[in-house]
Amino acid sequence: MAQALRAAAPTELDGISVSIRDLSLSYGSVEVLGDLNLDVQDGEFLVLLGASGCGKSTLLNCIAGLQPATEGQIFISGQNVTWAEPSERGIGMVFQSYALYPQMTVEGNLSFGLKNARVPKDEIRRRVARAAETLQLEPLLKRKPAALSGGQRQRVAIGRALVRDVDVFLFDEPLSNLDAKLRAELRVELKRLHQNLGNTMIYVTHDQIEAMTLADRIAIMRGGKIQQLASPDVIYRKPANLYVAGFIGSPPMNLLPGRLEGNRFTGPLVADVTGYDFTTRPRGPEVVLGIRPEHVRTGAAAEALPIRAEALVEVVEPMGADTLVWAQLGQTPFRVRMDGESRVRTGDRLSIGFDPASLSLFDAASETRL
Amino acid sequence: MSDAAFPARAATPARTAAPRGRLLDGPAGVAPTRRMNPKRIMVYGGLIVFSLYYLLPLWVMVMTSLKGMPEIRMGNIFAPPMEITFEPWVKAWSQACTGLNCDGLSRGFFNSVAITVPATILSIAVAAVNGYALVNWRFKGSEVFFTILIFGAFIPYQVMIYPIVIILREMGLMGSVWGLVLVHVVFGMPIITLLFRNYFSSLPPELFKAARVDGAGFWGIFLRVLVPMSLPIFTVAVILQVTGIWNDFLFGVIYTRPDSYPMTVQLNNIVNSVQGVREYNVNMAATLLTGLVPLTIYFLSGKLFVRGIAAGAVKG
Ligand SMILES: Nc1ncnc2c1ncn2[C@@H]1O[C@H](COP(=O)(O)OP(=O)(O)OP(=O)(O)O)[C@@H](O)[C@H]1O
Ligand SMILES: [Mg+2]
Repeated sequence: MAQALRAAAPTELDGISVSIRDLSLSYGSVEVLGDLNLDVQDGEFLVLLGASGCGKSTLLNCIAGLQPATEGQIFISGQNVTWAEPSERGIGMVFQSYALYPQMTVEGNLSFGLKNARVPKDEIRRRVARAAETLQLEPLLKRKPAALSGGQRQRVAIGRALVRDVDVFLFDEPLSNLDAKLRAELRVELKRLHQNLGNTMIYVTHDQIEAMTLADRIAIMRGGKIQQLASPDVIYRKPANLYVAGFIGSPPMNLLPGRLEGNRFTGPLVADVTGYDFTTRPRGPEVVLGIRPEHVRTGAAAEALPIRAEALVEVVEPMGADTLVWAQLGQTPFRVRMDGESRVRTGDRLSIGFDPASLSLFDAASETRL
Repeated sequence: MSDAAFPARAATPARTAAPRGRLLDGPAGVAPTRRMNPKRIMVYGGLIVFSLYYLLPLWVMVMTSLKGMPEIRMGNIFAPPMEITFEPWVKAWSQACTGLNCDGLSRGFFNSVAITVPATILSIAVAAVNGYALVNWRFKGSEVFFTILIFGAFIPYQVMIYPIVIILREMGLMGSVWGLVLVHVVFGMPIITLLFRNYFSSLPPELFKAARVDGAGFWGIFLRVLVPMSLPIFTVAVILQVTGIWNDFLFGVIYTRPDSYPMTVQLNNIVNSVQGVREYNVNMAATLLTGLVPLTIYFLSGKLFVRGIAAGAVKG
């Protein structure tokens, strides 16, 4: 069995940087990860996204070798590393809490891993200098972490992974301890870094914006299982199930329960969904229709669209660039994102409309996309 | 800026200036504290009474140790010496007699140093590694191991005295300084391990993970990452162990022979040996000399000690 796998590895794992096969992890009787499969392409930026406690950090720790898996295998760069030490896996890791060694200078922090690997002194100096240049850490090299700002600390933490010249970078919510402005800045820096280095990056976050902006592909996790693995665009436009639909987007997608007979949807509104791109035929008549608040047109623009209805405006939240309208569609709450210029007031009757191509239909029983 | 936006207000500068002036006269900056109020008087009064209560015996001891015997016989133990003499101190250190020998406390002092230094170093070294392993390298049964270890702290010493005599005899260490060192190392283990375990578990686990990713092993992480950031807790451990071992009397008297008696036992023998007159001044000086080591340790490490105690108490 092991023999067969090793033989198969080179061809099967071509172009795949990290491969996770049937990975399970339990703490006692509590299963945190269950039968997880995931292939990460060479040079891909993969984001693990999910609510708190869904097992993102656990999965990352398994890949890093900091948490022994209960079952399954992990391959990195074509090697089976399931039993390998973290330092032997060719990974670098960046933690949310920075985890810098407080008694070492920035330089000491950067070179610690290289010293442990008995890299020659000249080589250490060269690599530290290069990482410091990339991350603009040169003036800080002699300082202790306590004398750095949060953003600088996180850059040192990234530098520590950088000097190791590894194939795979693992990030566990590296930006979530920073304030909004710095987060946005470092996000761009990270993206630039990835474009320059071309390494594989696996990045854990529960910030949707980070996920959408950074990722080549996003894996949405829930309860230790991957719900959908796709590009940000597909995740946004074609969520694979109700959970993903509700999780991505803020405000989230409007979900309207109803019945589908032929192409006719009856629920809080009546709609002819001809033009919707079905992936499977519905099994039962009970369905959920999903439409993103930003895909809803209002007023004159709505008139031309195949699906139309009228909603009663309850609350208006102007947010500058756009205005969020909380309305009622019959008894069902319904959110609309409008242009910032539009003038609506509480109590107005708003005529809305949308295109069947922009909506999502889910089977009510299995909660999966139709 | 506001002037431009609200020209109406700019037109009446007098009206805005007046209340502002009055505001400036009001309280500003640090609030004054009242020197004396009933609560403070109570607190300070209480503290003074208590410190007197504890300082008085010390005063009597220091004064008596600086007097000659004739002056002591005059009574009035609280009075400072009329004529200061260091004779009793010298005698206590190098000439005072026990039942067996007459070379004073010095013999006991050097024995105590020979016991305390290795016992402190060994017990802290082992306990620190224990605590580290218990937190960061959980092994099967590590919780059980820890429970048993802590349970050891609650077993009364008296129960173990005789079994230890047998063990030391079998090991050929009975009566030697090293036997006593071993006993102190073992008895210090539960509490010092607990101290280190609590401290290490209060450190962020990511630090340990980062070091593992950086390729540091068991000892590398311990010596190069954790130990350098554990100064406060090492200080606490050193203080606990040095004072505990230095002040020990029971184990010293049981497990050593007269020529390797620690200072406390030597002190007891000097104070209790009755040959002719009881030399109160020498006894006082001897007692002070014996207490000097723990006292010095406390003085030198005051701030670090408090910090370490606080750090160790963070997490159970
Ligand atoms: N040592 C442990 N023993 C038992 N359960 C644990 C242990 N560590 C983690 N868990 C559980 O495993 C689950 C996944 O934890 P994990 O830290 O991977 O979540 P996460 O997705 O990273 O969450 P967050 O976004 O809050 O960081 C959680 O439900 C947690 O309670
Ligand atoms: Mg996490």
